[in-house]
Amino acid sequence: MKKQKNDAEMLTKVKSNIFKDFAYDIKTNKWLMLMCVPAIVFFIVFAYIPMFGLVMAFQDFKITTGFLHSKFVGLQNFEFLFTDDFARVAFNTLYLNVLFIVATMICAIAIAILLSEIKNKYFKKVSQSIVILPHFISWTVVAMILEAFISTEYGVINRVITSMGGTAINFYQTAGIWPVFLTILRIWHGAGFDSIVYLAAITGIDQEIFEAARVDGATRVQCLRYLTLPLLKDTAVLLLIMAVGKIFNGDFGMIYALVGANTQLYEVTDVIDTYVYRSLTEISNVSMPAAVSFFQSCIGFVLVYITNAITRKVNPDSAVF
Amino acid sequence: MAKFEKGTTVKISTGDRIFAVICYVIVALFALLCLYPFLLVVAASFTDEKTLVAEGYRLIIHKFSTSAYRGLFATNQIFYSYGVTIFVTVVGTILSMLATSAMAYALSVKNLKSRGHLAFFMYFTMLFNGGLVPSYLLISKYLGMRDTIWVYIIPALVSAWNCLLLRNFFQAIPESLSESAKIDGANDIYILFKIILPISLPGMATISLFYALAYWNEWYKAMLYIDSEKLVSLQYLIMKILRNADFMASTAGANLSVVIPTQTTRMATVVATIGPIILLYPFLQKYFVGGLTVGGVKG
Repeated sequence: MKKQKNDAEMLTKVKSNIFKDFAYDIKTNKWLMLMCVPAIVFFIVFAYIPMFGLVMAFQDFKITTGFLHSKFVGLQNFEFLFTDDFARVAFNTLYLNVLFIVATMICAIAIAILLSEIKNKYFKKVSQSIVILPHFISWTVVAMILEAFISTEYGVINRVITSMGGTAINFYQTAGIWPVFLTILRIWHGAGFDSIVYLAAITGIDQEIFEAARVDGATRVQCLRYLTLPLLKDTAVLLLIMAVGKIFNGDFGMIYALVGANTQLYEVTDVIDTYVYRSLTEISNVSMPAAVSFFQSCIGFVLVYITNAITRKVNPDSAVF
Repeated sequence: MAKFEKGTTVKISTGDRIFAVICYVIVALFALLCLYPFLLVVAASFTDEKTLVAEGYRLIIHKFSTSAYRGLFATNQIFYSYGVTIFVTVVGTILSMLATSAMAYALSVKNLKSRGHLAFFMYFTMLFNGGLVPSYLLISKYLGMRDTIWVYIIPALVSAWNCLLLRNFFQAIPESLSESAKIDGANDIYILFKIILPISLPGMATISLFYALAYWNEWYKAMLYIDSEKLVSLQYLIMKILRNADFMASTAGANLSVVIPTQTTRMATVVATIGPIILLYPFLQKYFVGGLTVGGVKG
């Protein structure tokens, strides 16, 4: 739980005097400070300066007039947040993210536990390598691979359906099934990789606990139920808090690559980020997307704090900070 | 298990045996599920187009053909894209690792009083960001990086998450190592390159792999910022082929002068794109699974 300590340290440090610390470091640790310069410049330019751009969320922003001369319109851009369109994409975002988080987490924990039970080293190594592999494939490629499975004429699934006497389904026009597809792809893509973290946690558990339990006559399943699972809880909760902060951020990279401009699937797959992207590119509305980003960041920030506060009350060991 | 069998009182019950067998079977099945799509794609890319159209996607190749690959490599576009992606991946990973390891090392030194501030400075960017529009305007309008190869690299130079991970690796190194070098008069840059980096190979390999993959798989930036064909990355090329086919399918027959990418060519593109990853993967994989286990995302 080194990270937790680091984060706690991080926060208490922030409360101490920033300027005094910097002055001290520039005097005594000038080489170390110098080494930080490239990364600091990077974060200022590409992370902090764009944050000032959020001012356009409160403006009727025109690229021709720029930030300084665009008219301030108060909260007008935020009106979109109360429309039916937004309710739909916000629901899809939440719904899909909850599906993804829960499904991937359960599968990742299951894979980690199963892998930890496997004693044959060679088998373990090979199977672990294979289940991690899909994580390294980009969603654009996954979209192509998906086609080999669900294409109406040539896809594996439809060939199986027709060979059993059914009629082929045009999955690209059947919106209802897409949450299932997306969740399965998400598991395929990420569960194996996520299991590394849990596997590390299991390996970190003192083996003597297990041996003691075994000597006392516990079966493997009992060890699993009463020892491994409770010990994985901290790691799971920690990752959950991290995930909750992004629950209002649709996975643009994934959804856009897989669904693209297929309007027939929008009903269930259109998330906040893809909707915003379209209004940006198709109707060149700049201010509304900025307002939505602002909203997403705020919600994420608040959610992380709330989940963390609750966690700290219930179980202090699991909290991030 | 062998440990228990040597004369301790633990008995391996039938239930335990069944459980072990179930574990093996499920893991094997999941591994096969992970592998199956890859095998299917490779098989399809080597199948004759007409056979594929008639029989659909199959694992077993009935009629072998390399025409998809010949078609794919007949145009220059894929070579340009390979060039762009390889350049971005190699140069980007090196630059990223330089900036990241320097910052991560500084943050791991207990002497540095402001390391807490600096870590929070990075951590904050993971929670809060300006969103797409301000970044877009900054990069294309104010920094003039639109349609240059640097737009793939510079805006993604340092990842806060990777930097904090690497700091955890460095923190696990005994401080006495760098302290003794310091007494000998070495400065921090020397210590990082000559002492810390050589003994942090698993951690460095892990983080390099993360960066390299992020660069290799980048398509979003190409979509936003790249206009000229010669600067299109491999992933965006795929995206274009995919979208193009969708478009052609929806307006079928309207314009036959444009060549519709055939099924097999598309699969060959997939193989060409993921080929290098799959080939390099076995060599890097041992580092990074070990690396992650030692450093631990959560410590």
